[in-house]
Amino acid sequence: MNSNGADQNIRIGVFVCDCGMNIAGVVDTRTVAEFAETLPNVVAVVRNRYTCAEPGQNEIKRAIREHRLNRVVVASCSPKIHEHTFRICVAEAGLNRYLMEMANIREHCSWVHQGDKTAATAKAMDLVRSAVFRATLLQPQTEPVFPVTPATLVIGGGVAGIQTALDTADAGHQVYLVEKSPSIGGIMAAIDKTYPTMDCSI
Amino acid sequence: MMDAGRHPRIELFTNSQVENVSGFVGNFNVTVRKKVRYVDEDACTACGECEVVCPVAVPDEYQEGFSSRKAIYIPFPQAVPSSYVLDMENCLGTNPIACGKCADACEKECIDYDAVDEVRELEVGAIVVATGMQPYDPTEMDEYGYTRFANVITSMEFERLICAGGPVEGHFIRPTDRKTPKSVAFIQCVGSRSLNRGVPYCSNICCMNTVKDTLLLHDHYPEMQNKVFYMDIRSFGKGFEDLYRRSKEAGVQYIRGLPGDIEEDPKTKNLYLTVENTLNGGVERHEVDMVVLAVGLVPRTDSEQIRQMLTLSQTSDGFVMEAHPKLQPVDAPTKGVYFAGCVESPKDIKDSVTQAGAAAARANILLNDREVRIEAITSIIHEEECNYCGRCVRVCPFHAITPANKKQGVFPKVVEAACSGCGTCAAECVTDCIDMRHFEDAQYYAQIEAILAEDPMQKIVAFACNWCSYAGGDNAGTSRLQYPANVRLIRTMCSGRVDEDFILHAFRKGAPMVLVSGCHFSDCHYIDAVTWTQQRVEKIWDKLEKKGIRPERLQLEWISAAEGQKFAKVMRELEKLRQAVTEEEVAFTVDLLIREQKPTPKRRTNRDTLALLN
Repeated sequence: MNSNGADQNIRIGVFVCDCGMNIAGVVDTRTVAEFAETLPNVVAVVRNRYTCAEPGQNEIKRAIREHRLNRVVVASCSPKIHEHTFRICVAEAGLNRYLMEMANIREHCSWVHQGDKTAATAKAMDLVRSAVFRATLLQPQTEPVFPVTPATLVIGGGVAGIQTALDTADAGHQVYLVEKSPSIGGIMAAIDKTYPTMDCSI
Repeated sequence: MMDAGRHPRIELFTNSQVENVSGFVGNFNVTVRKKVRYVDEDACTACGECEVVCPVAVPDEYQEGFSSRKAIYIPFPQAVPSSYVLDMENCLGTNPIACGKCADACEKECIDYDAVDEVRELEVGAIVVATGMQPYDPTEMDEYGYTRFANVITSMEFERLICAGGPVEGHFIRPTDRKTPKSVAFIQCVGSRSLNRGVPYCSNICCMNTVKDTLLLHDHYPEMQNKVFYMDIRSFGKGFEDLYRRSKEAGVQYIRGLPGDIEEDPKTKNLYLTVENTLNGGVERHEVDMVVLAVGLVPRTDSEQIRQMLTLSQTSDGFVMEAHPKLQPVDAPTKGVYFAGCVESPKDIKDSVTQAGAAAARANILLNDREVRIEAITSIIHEEECNYCGRCVRVCPFHAITPANKKQGVFPKVVEAACSGCGTCAAECVTDCIDMRHFEDAQYYAQIEAILAEDPMQKIVAFACNWCSYAGGDNAGTSRLQYPANVRLIRTMCSGRVDEDFILHAFRKGAPMVLVSGCHFSDCHYIDAVTWTQQRVEKIWDKLEKKGIRPERLQLEWISAAEGQKFAKVMRELEKLRQAVTEEEVAFTVDLLIREQKPTPKRRTNRDTLALLN
């Protein structure tokens, strides 16, 4: 590790998730957790059955307070699924939401290397190390805030577009409904009766 | 329809197209071209006098070509807006005026031959894509003789023939002799559920549509003998099984098997269907007066433009891809964009209406918030190292960087609201003075070093873009597609972020293989940032070759979020390539690259991390 990340004041907590058997069935999460303890700047390591569940999230919050963590690494699923969850979690414990990093040891590891537990565990350790190194260099961020234009563009004036336009307009917002042909109605307007009620389409 | 036409908060743009969309969630700028109609839609009372005098007759699209309309016409009686439109392609001509009868006949004087397209700029916070689908064209399935036999029609044509507002006012007749048929056969799955022609998926609506059609025929003509040829009848929705049962009780014959061939009797124009009845194994021949092909639903060929404008991905079936198939079924991966109806997948009216309500609710959540937070991943220019070259300004896909001016000492500036965080500027900057918030150079170097800290010969370093390739990896995981465990992914928002030196650094640290992976060109979430990725990688290949490093050790792949299969395949191929890399060539590479390494900018090595801990 280069010198810039080795600052003694960085305090990282690593939370290794079993995800029931989804991860722990393939990856030896105990070994991963023990490995995480050896990484620079890591001051707390917690294993959880389901980190995303409320007890798991409470563990993160508790550890942030107890160990004065200023970085959190969650080794669990894809950030596409739970980055938002854990960002909110650390924010609730007073940490800037950008000081949380995830290691994807499920979608990119346990689920795709089911036949080789040793290799999967080794990979999980690498992914955790990568996340810890990155977390060391994370900085708190402030999100830019912009006003929202209270209007919706609906592209397509078939039954779906018409209904969307009506629901949005009825909720009090301006709607622009753009239809390619000279009338709205779409394919629905060309259908005689509709199932299952056998009533008119128009 | 009428409600939408007269709602005070809905502005209708018919005969119109979205030409351009820019901006971001909560703040989109949209250009809409309202194509000229030549009839003032507000003034037109739909009296129809113009139509009476128009001498031009062309096939009526609304009636599936079974009847004709004039060059000036109203699409259908209940059209919204209730206004005529002049079809200039078929009009005899207005410049010079060749006929002019319609304008003479119009008492309201609302026909204007000199009218032009109107272009409107709109500002919106949310966009709902509801561009729908189109019925499958059965022409290629020649065994059914759709183009050869007039009495073979599609389910859409059936709708017009049975409709009281249709070309024959609902008196169902067959085209050859204009007589009501005594028997009608429906053939299911035309274009659907086939790996050879048409589409592989089930089109969802055709079974129930046919069941409905058989009941309509039975109600109108109780004596008519109707048959349905099917693979499976899928009547899974609320009230559907009841309807199917009613159809069977009404005497409709359901025969399990799709005809292999249709022949026409040249005299009677009756049709002979040869079919293997898979319930009894026998080959049967059925004579009917008329055949209806229950055609499937396919993505619209003309929705490609919208798809590209909004950088929407598509699933393998060609419909748009949602942010999450179960948890965010109406959200596009692009924030502030939502889906409603068949653009997402084939569905019936009830499901379209349900999804439309969901899309409206999702859009309203955004609009009700009044403000939107943008992820703090925008680019930062460190002016002290900038040499005013202006490359960042040129490569930014969003034109989010204002021009530099060396003479006046004006540095390029990032417009935060316009920056989407792709990182192309950071990767392309010649003095390395641009960095990305939360996706900093130093963080990438740290990740590369972490991955290669132990046993680097066994590792493949893969840079994967957030939207497509990383998600493709997730897709492989969700699908449990197995591949070798040697690859380590590093997530970038866009492949355009992958700096040349990230790749060299991986080689420098002993990586045998490096992958750069991004979205397909048409799927790039940052307009055309991926083109910079390609140019950059091609340049690096040349450089590697000159240095005596095998360019094959750097791979470039385009993998979409839906391509889990491809992701796994690429990982397997990478592992094969890795195994061919020798320790000697890695040692040579490491040695060479360390010798050639430029000093790292100060800001990367001397970070004041203490400041973060207050």
